[in-house]
Amino acid sequence: MTELKLPSLNYAALAPIMIMLGVALLGVLVEAFVPRRLRHVVQLTLALLAVLAALTMVVLNADDRIITAGQALAVDGPTLFLQGAILVLAAMALLLIGDRSVERGGAFVAQAAVTAESADDRRQAEGRNGLTEVYPLTTFAIGGMLIFVAANDLLTMFIALEVFSLPLYLLCALARRRRLLSQEAAMKYFLLGAYASAFFLFGVALIYGFTAGIPGRVAGVDFATINAAVTESPASPVLLFAGMALLAIGLLFKAAAAPFHVWTPDVYQGAPTPVTGFMAACTKVAAFGALLRVFHVAFAGAAWDFTPVLGAVAVLTMLVGAVLAVTQTDIKRLLAYSSIANAGYLLVGVLAPSREGLAGTMFYLVAYGFSVLAAFAVVTLVRDDDGEATHLSRWAGLGRRSPFFAGLFTFILLAFAGIPLTSGFMSKFAVFGAALDDGQAWLVIAGVLTSMVLAFPYLRVVVMMWLSEPGESTPTVTVPGGLTSAALMIGVLATLVLGIAPAPLLDLATGAADFVR
Amino acid sequence: MSNFPFLSVLTVAPLVGALVVAFLPRHRPELAKQVAFAWSLLVLVLSVVMWVSFNVGGDRFQFRESYSWIPNWGVSFTFAADGIALVMLMLIAVLVPLVILASWHDAESSKRSVPVYFALLLVLECTMIGVFAAADVFLFYVFFEVMLVPMYFLIGSYGGHQRQYAAVKFFLYSLVGGLFMLAAVIGLWVVGGKTFDWQALSQVDISTGTERWLFLGFFLAFAIKAPFFPFHTWLPDAGGAAPAGAAALLVGVLDKVGTFGILRYCLPLFPEASKWFAPWALALGVIGIVYAALLAVGQNDLKRLVSYTSIAHFGFIGVGIFAFTTQAGTGAVLYMLNHGLATGLLFLVVGMLITRRGSALISDFGGAGKLVPVLAGVLFFAGLASLALPGTAPFISEFLVLIGTFTVNKPVAVIATLGIILAAAYVLWMVQRTTQGTLNPALTEVDGMRRDLNLREKVVVAPLIALIVLLGFYPKPVTDVINPAVQATMDDIGRTDPAPSVGGTVQEARR
Repeated sequence: MTELKLPSLNYAALAPIMIMLGVALLGVLVEAFVPRRLRHVVQLTLALLAVLAALTMVVLNADDRIITAGQALAVDGPTLFLQGAILVLAAMALLLIGDRSVERGGAFVAQAAVTAESADDRRQAEGRNGLTEVYPLTTFAIGGMLIFVAANDLLTMFIALEVFSLPLYLLCALARRRRLLSQEAAMKYFLLGAYASAFFLFGVALIYGFTAGIPGRVAGVDFATINAAVTESPASPVLLFAGMALLAIGLLFKAAAAPFHVWTPDVYQGAPTPVTGFMAACTKVAAFGALLRVFHVAFAGAAWDFTPVLGAVAVLTMLVGAVLAVTQTDIKRLLAYSSIANAGYLLVGVLAPSREGLAGTMFYLVAYGFSVLAAFAVVTLVRDDDGEATHLSRWAGLGRRSPFFAGLFTFILLAFAGIPLTSGFMSKFAVFGAALDDGQAWLVIAGVLTSMVLAFPYLRVVVMMWLSEPGESTPTVTVPGGLTSAALMIGVLATLVLGIAPAPLLDLATGAADFVR
Repeated sequence: MSNFPFLSVLTVAPLVGALVVAFLPRHRPELAKQVAFAWSLLVLVLSVVMWVSFNVGGDRFQFRESYSWIPNWGVSFTFAADGIALVMLMLIAVLVPLVILASWHDAESSKRSVPVYFALLLVLECTMIGVFAAADVFLFYVFFEVMLVPMYFLIGSYGGHQRQYAAVKFFLYSLVGGLFMLAAVIGLWVVGGKTFDWQALSQVDISTGTERWLFLGFFLAFAIKAPFFPFHTWLPDAGGAAPAGAAALLVGVLDKVGTFGILRYCLPLFPEASKWFAPWALALGVIGIVYAALLAVGQNDLKRLVSYTSIAHFGFIGVGIFAFTTQAGTGAVLYMLNHGLATGLLFLVVGMLITRRGSALISDFGGAGKLVPVLAGVLFFAGLASLALPGTAPFISEFLVLIGTFTVNKPVAVIATLGIILAAAYVLWMVQRTTQGTLNPALTEVDGMRRDLNLREKVVVAPLIALIVLLGFYPKPVTDVINPAVQATMDDIGRTDPAPSVGGTVQEARR
């Protein structure tokens, strides 16, 4: 029997993760010991402070390029950049989650166990304070995401996947209104997510088998071993291809790429809008962070094999997202399909293995996260007595009633459509430029063509808001409280600033665009 | 004075003005109008100073400025103007104050914010100046796309019948072209060694196949913008629905971005592909001339009619550009200026007529000259300028295009000449049905039709009429500026004019 050696841990490098998970546990204790009326304030403050502390640690660690915890976690440029991105976007999402002025009691249900559509349910919808368990759940999810983008072996990655997915399944079910829709969304997400996780795990097993048998190496699922195995393994490449495919399914599911996207519109629509924003921004960053690391570090040697397949997935994703967005009549579903199409554009960036490609993808993730959170922030504001008015026909003439918010939303939509002087244009240029530089002209053509299609649904919303006359049922926009305003303004300003002066963030991304292997 | 950063100041000034106007209180529309007008006059003064300090015999590109923007991608704020750009900048600076003055009451009928209307006009001016002043392909693209946004809202919010449909169609058509161009811009950036500087890119040698694809990407965007047949269908809708002032800018200036883009980007950057595609482009031009003219004859809506005449004129410009002779090229550029003046005038006058009658349909008029003689006279003059009557400025440009084309391609020149005859038909018939003949009794019951041009409207039309006549007799100040730039463009594609021949010996046209 060999003696177990404890891996050395670099606590400073792990601090962001430990802070988030530690505060999540603390949040559970707060639920138990702090009086109900104080919980909301305490929990929100705690969560925001944790994000702030973790962000500070990320900034302090900015120059780290190490692998720690016994090959399990890589704290390098991309990890730190993406962790920073997740934390900043999560802070915005927390502001939306914590807002209780837009909707009395917040966007979350007061008692999740109450039967939907019952009399009790109607009473709770009228303004009892929402659950405060959402804060520890969110903090757990953020912690999981931080591990996910740093994971340097497939097992750690799987655990991180579960750590951030399980709280998200729960969060989806906690909408204050339209409870059936919310619960259905959570159920769908959970079931499909469980399948995706199973695929991922099966892939890990196959890859483990593939790494066995190299002379002088122990089989394993850390990325260095896999990378070596791709070129040296005596095992059949079928194991490699099948394993890669199954892993990709698990990751592409989280990234909402076609044909693994079907959950997205339902979940985005049913989940409480702040959670939808959180998923659209942070889950995207985490999923693409993992995709980048798995394909550029572990399977870099098999680039010739996976590029055509992932390219096809990218084209399909752009196409499905763009075409189906045209037919949507619900703003949240429209944004869901738009997020699917954006996953396609991001995949174009993932397939460009150059430094520019990596930097461009990371830039895209940050820029898109800011815009999409701002978009969902506006969605939370357009409401009537019965909650959010998400049907597009209800948005007719909104520009006349609330020109300020309609103007902000128009700007966000123009950013999604890729009009210059918005971050959307700069990020599209970043990934398309990198892809074309890498000789992937077909992906760029597909991207440009689908952008044309996708412009139409965005434009339709703009027409609705500005050029249509307000109808009887046009809801008013609730003037947001401080938290939602802050999130909204941060999102819009970031979209503008990154569109006019993208150079600083691009520099940061380019400087960070180097994996340690 | 030549060290003054004219181009960047000219680009930014209207934007500042727009912000000022937009934040003026909504209930003081008169103040907003005055500020906007004063601001556009300021831009005009600055442009005149720039025109004067342009060194006619000097470098091809003058007033060059460059500031770093996104160093990672080699993007910079680079401005520079050649003779062609200078002429277009001048046209913008002249038209915008007149359009603001002409649109004085246009925004009031729409129940929407009046200051915003004028702010949008100034934003549009900023983007239009930027697109002509940019010497960095990325910067050009940025202005090219952003230009859509203010025009979209001008049409969609302040337009007439079917404005939503027209605004969306305009935006989508332009965006589709723009995205094709984006792909080509990225492609050019990759093959050009990660730079967007126009002068560096024009030195790059590109393989034949790639060059043709890139040319197509750019050309498609410009052909939609111009618009050339068969990408023209958005213009009659947009021109018909836009408020008259915005329509004058749309057709007078915005569409010139297409032909300007071909001259500045397609020809010098992709010379081989330009020559290879030239027969196709000529064919599109000729079809446009005849087809649009025929459609114009059949129109019953004044603004749509003017839009169709513009498409025919853009056919002439296209033919002039792709004939690849200095005469035809100069003619095409001059045409861009003159068409801006003549069609701008025509749109503004037609707008005045429509506001008075409350209808854009020709059949709602008839004998209007008896009620508003001065207005009818101006309409007649604008019509004659549009059909290129000798003595008006458009005649010179049309004539230059035709003789320049005739020396190298006789069939095209001959068919294009047909366009002149058709132009006479649609203009004269339109004038006859609106202002001549027996008085339509319904007109006497409309209050507006009893008011002839007021002072404001006279101030609007007078400078345009003066310029059209002046340039019709003495175009030298403009041709002196244009000629070297066109010559340089022809050098870029390696074409020289055929030598003049004597005694009927036919010189081999294509060498």
